[in-house]
Amino acid sequence: MEPQPRYTGTAIALHWLLAILIAGSFGLGLYMHDLPLSPWKLKLYSWHKWAGVTIFLLAVARLAWRAGHRPPPLPAGMPRWQQVAADAVHHVLYLLMLVVPLTGWLMSSAEGVQTVWFGVLPLPDLVGKNEALGDLLQAVHKYLNFGFAALVAIHVAAALKHHLVDRNDVLVRMLPFRPRGH
Amino acid sequence: MPAFRAVFAALLAATAFTHAQAVEFGQVLADRSSLGFVSRQMGVPVNGSFRKFAVALAFDPARPAQASARIDVDLASIDTGLKEANDEVVGKAWFDVKNFPTASFVSTAVRPLGSDRYEVAGKLTIKGRTQDLVAPATFRQEGGNGVFDGSFTLKRLDFALGEGIWSDIGTVANEVQVRFHIVAAPRK
Repeated sequence: MEPQPRYTGTAIALHWLLAILIAGSFGLGLYMHDLPLSPWKLKLYSWHKWAGVTIFLLAVARLAWRAGHRPPPLPAGMPRWQQVAADAVHHVLYLLMLVVPLTGWLMSSAEGVQTVWFGVLPLPDLVGKNEALGDLLQAVHKYLNFGFAALVAIHVAAALKHHLVDRNDVLVRMLPFRPRGH
Repeated sequence: MPAFRAVFAALLAATAFTHAQAVEFGQVLADRSSLGFVSRQMGVPVNGSFRKFAVALAFDPARPAQASARIDVDLASIDTGLKEANDEVVGKAWFDVKNFPTASFVSTAVRPLGSDRYEVAGKLTIKGRTQDLVAPATFRQEGGNGVFDGSFTLKRLDFALGEGIWSDIGTVANEVQVRFHIVAAPRK
């Protein structure tokens, strides 16, 4: 089978950078939220928020890059339903990369703690302190993340299925290196 | 709080005898006064306040140097601005309210700086530790009441606020800005 053209170096770099940041922030969020209050916890919360802002900005950069650089086409023999599903999952993943950080930012404002990127650049509070809104946004942030995690699992499973079962280049063309034989 | 009552009574008596005709602001309107602070965590300013505090005040704009003030703060009434921190800061590592339920400020001198500005010197006691303090303040009359505004910055570690792991000032800054807004009616 003809190898598909690869993604651009920039697209590959952004994909993996975001993958690492998103997985790290997700794990951090799960770990930190029920820790007893301590300086360590305050640090983790700040790092989580800084990562969230970074993810949002990188996601915007990625969408901007993608707008000017069409991704390589899906394998020709792929069933229609898989093409539709892949498209839908990718769209929702992009959406979540933007919406999840936004809910975190709003939630922080509603809880009365401004987000200050890297402790230096303050983001405006789009909502005022409001406990009920804070609780609501916290729930939204949490469940969107669970949805995000489920979609990432589907995304990874599909990539592995393409590689191991269909034996096409869908996974390899996004890898930062070319494995032997490709 | 017997000490508080004694000071208050003394102020009342002093007022009654010395300048009965002058306008002296001394009837503090608690529900219109506030005592707030700004702490800084990881570079993020967080607004907090004390819901309960008592102010004994005597201020005659014509004789500011004779003015005096005493503020007693019920530390258990703290709202740090961070829900889960409210339980933490009343504990031993912070205010230790079981042993030190009240913080107090007692003025020792009031110096007029011209126009509506003043400088209030006094002693601030928190958690059994007393420090000299000088705070700038402004005074204005509004609707027949006297309005006092001012702020100062204290170093929390001077008062052992945040011991043990919390003494790390890289996470919670040492400097805490305190802001007061006191509204007082003229004493009858």
